[in-house]
Amino acid sequence: MIMGSAPSLSVLLALVAGWFALGLAGLLRPHALGFVGRVLFPLGALVAVGVALVGLGALRPDRAAEQLVLPLGLPDLPFHLRLDALSGFFLLLLGAAGAGISIFAAGYFRAGEGTAPGLLCLQYHVFLASMVLVVVANDAYLFMVAWETMALSSYFLVTTQHRIPEIRRAGFLYLLIAHVGALSILLCFGVLQGGSWKFTFDAMRGPTLPPGRATVAFLLALLGFGAKAGLVPLHVWLPEAHPAAPSPVSAMMSGLMLKTAVYGVLRVTFDLLHTGLWWWGTLVLGIGLFSALLGVVFAAVQTDMKRLLAYSSIENVGMIFCGIGLAILFRAFDLRLFAALALSAALIHSLNHALFKSLLFLATGSVLHATGERNLGKLGGLIHRMPWVAACALIGTLAIAGLPPLNGFVSEWLLLQAFLVTPRIPQTFVNMLVPLGAAALALTAALAAYVMVKFYGVIFLGQPREPSLAKAHPPGPLQRLGLAWLAAGCVALGVFPQLALTATAGITRGAVGEAVRPGSWLFIAPLAPAQASYSGVLFLAGILGIFALTFVLVRRLYHGRVRRAPPWDCGYPWLTPRMQDTAEGFGQPIRHIFGSAFRIERELPTAWDSSPRYRIHIEDRIWRALYVPLGRGVQRLADAVAVIQGGRLAVYLLYAFLTLVALLVFVL
Amino acid sequence: MTASAVLRQTGEVVLAIALAPFFMGWVAQCRAWLQNRSAPPLLQPWRLLRKLFWKDATLAENASPLFRLAPYVLFGTMVLAAAIIPSVAIDLPFAFVADAIALVGLFATARVFVALAAMDIGTAFGSLGARREMMIGFLAEPALLMVFFNGFLICGSTALPSVVERLAAPPFIIYPSLAFAGVAFVMVLLAENGRLPIDNPTTHLELTMIHEAMVLEYSARHLALVEWASALKLFNYACLGFALFVPWGVASRGAGPGALVLAVLALLLKLGAAGAVLAVVETVSAKLRIFRAPEFLAMAFLLAVLGLLVHLMLGA
Repeated sequence: MIMGSAPSLSVLLALVAGWFALGLAGLLRPHALGFVGRVLFPLGALVAVGVALVGLGALRPDRAAEQLVLPLGLPDLPFHLRLDALSGFFLLLLGAAGAGISIFAAGYFRAGEGTAPGLLCLQYHVFLASMVLVVVANDAYLFMVAWETMALSSYFLVTTQHRIPEIRRAGFLYLLIAHVGALSILLCFGVLQGGSWKFTFDAMRGPTLPPGRATVAFLLALLGFGAKAGLVPLHVWLPEAHPAAPSPVSAMMSGLMLKTAVYGVLRVTFDLLHTGLWWWGTLVLGIGLFSALLGVVFAAVQTDMKRLLAYSSIENVGMIFCGIGLAILFRAFDLRLFAALALSAALIHSLNHALFKSLLFLATGSVLHATGERNLGKLGGLIHRMPWVAACALIGTLAIAGLPPLNGFVSEWLLLQAFLVTPRIPQTFVNMLVPLGAAALALTAALAAYVMVKFYGVIFLGQPREPSLAKAHPPGPLQRLGLAWLAAGCVALGVFPQLALTATAGITRGAVGEAVRPGSWLFIAPLAPAQASYSGVLFLAGILGIFALTFVLVRRLYHGRVRRAPPWDCGYPWLTPRMQDTAEGFGQPIRHIFGSAFRIERELPTAWDSSPRYRIHIEDRIWRALYVPLGRGVQRLADAVAVIQGGRLAVYLLYAFLTLVALLVFVL
Repeated sequence: MTASAVLRQTGEVVLAIALAPFFMGWVAQCRAWLQNRSAPPLLQPWRLLRKLFWKDATLAENASPLFRLAPYVLFGTMVLAAAIIPSVAIDLPFAFVADAIALVGLFATARVFVALAAMDIGTAFGSLGARREMMIGFLAEPALLMVFFNGFLICGSTALPSVVERLAAPPFIIYPSLAFAGVAFVMVLLAENGRLPIDNPTTHLELTMIHEAMVLEYSARHLALVEWASALKLFNYACLGFALFVPWGVASRGAGPGALVLAVLALLLKLGAAGAVLAVVETVSAKLRIFRAPEFLAMAFLLAVLGLLVHLMLGA
């Protein structure tokens, strides 16, 4: 029984079914790498493009939300699906970035690395399909089923190389926190149904909850989705699990899966709950800023390239939540246009982050395959060996560092514009404290540039730090295509930010009842042209034009002669690769300035050591301050409960008898 | 876009490109006078550029294309910045390409490219310079943004033409917040342009260098572009300072050629004064140890934030 006509949703369901079918097809020949890589994954990428197109269609302004009921699920609660602008935006995000990742993955997976390729193909496509179902689910049951499928499939993908104990441990930590989060989300839906015991989102949308219950629901949602998004202090699993997975999976987890958590928060806060208290906004803003700063500071001192990117994901998610926090704050004071601006910034940053973080994770995957090395201290000079990867990674690096005219800058600019108007908030302390938030955000953005210079410079520039790097081989055409697809996305959204702004207009209109001006094809000016404007396309044209003019003029008026010689290095002739900054060296100013953020263990050699050894270990303080005591407490509680489990049958029978008596007493 | 607007825009850019080396020379001259040295002529930076352009470029054997592109990108960003900052006239067609925040991003782009180029050869000095420059950068950038936020609170705009228009308009009010922001801005200017007390532009001690350490491997036309770009950067920062703190004299909307000539004269006057002040600051201060730089810039940052708070509390 399929109710209502919903053409886009039907197409979407067919596409999702296609992904499932591709996954199952992988099981037919689990060890046939050629079949899985050359046939199934490229087809999966095509399906992803289809999903992106469905999402794009749903973003059209004249499009009303589509609904569909599937005859699956519980007897009295069939699966409800709904496709509105918010779902459409996230479908676009999943499809656009997912297509690039799938194409890359087609050329990436190799035999003999843990799980068989066919099984991997199943897990991979189930993961993608479950994320799509999460964003179109319209009842709590389907949402939770899809959410758990997503968590489990990604858990199996993380533990692809399950023979390595650290990876098993990372997977366990991920699963644990994912389930704590899922429990919290489940409880949140329990509060949201408000005593009606109807678990469709339509039923939850209807009644307005009293402020107390709404606050409980909101806090549960923040906890549950925050655990998935990696907000501090629930972030500890993220830098363990994301790097442990194969690179395309890391890209999916950082680029796509974190966004489903953003989607969840938006769905609950702006759709299911109608009210919003202003302090929710400050809370989210505070957590977001703290996550952003902590993430970027930790990223700066990492020596493993994938861990560095994972910490940078915490930073970016923090920035997205800053935007959400501001939107809640503005909405609470009925400053609708500003709320729309902040919400647009958060949404566009989600999309941008999906593109550039996937791109960078995939680039590290190419580097990892070419060199077998993920320690930054053993890389270097790869721009000569892998120019394609280096060029695409440069675009990703500049984008994530928030530099114009690429896409990362646009969302940071919008977010700063939203911060600028916070003094209009009619609440004395808030409007004074929030500008300080802008300062923290500015610091984060500037630190991100530091981190990315380190990332790019140490991997791709300089001299190779190990002799084996001379044998690094460039990746195949499928990997290049995947990288180029994502890099093109970064450039396109940076040069034409008005496209992204237009895409979010329908969402903000639905969520806060207002939308910023998308601007003309040349400029964006979200509030008023006299207040602030930015033109990505003229920016790029300006730099390229001056670049070309200078180049031609220099050649015409003077000459283009070049001589090659050994590096000058102030006349020092015995230059070795060991003289370059290592990753630790490049992070040293950060360790110095933000020393109190870390727990540092250092072994320094003395001048008389025959074999001097320098070792530094940097740890998150939160791990010892929060998780170790928590783990110990749980252990102690379990020990206390274990006392009554003596293992003797007679005692257990006594327990059963006593329980029965107690129940009888209770009933009678 | 009218022909006169295009003319104004090109005129301003050409003026900036031409004036920037003179401004560099003027600061050097003032410094020499203050330090009882015989001063180099005003044309000295121009002569240096000409000499460098004629030389054959020597590239390290392992230099990548990025290393060769970076000077052009750097020069391009600085010229674009000069096109955006209203130094002579307000109604520039390019002024709406970027507001003050995007301008900060533009400077960051330039910085990242130089730092990447510095790491490209893989020398000890290059990566040391890159690391230090990025450190100064991430400390200075938030302070600069906070300065612009101060301007925004007063003018309700981060678009530089609106800022200039609003601040130069007749009811002259003394804004206490702008005083704080002004001090912060000067500190950021010193740090970002590699001037004393953060970095010494005339140093020959490799281990103390920041900017010079990054461009050690450049020669000939590449070095010339880098030098020209840093002159333009100083010029741009000076013009940004004028826009926020001494906006008078910039030609208003629809001004005729006479007003433009007056505006150029006013700009020259302001540049002369700014160069002299810069030379005095550099003469009376000693170079800081590199790890005192965070304190210096944190001070700038705090002053700018204090300006914000002062504005919000006084409501003016």
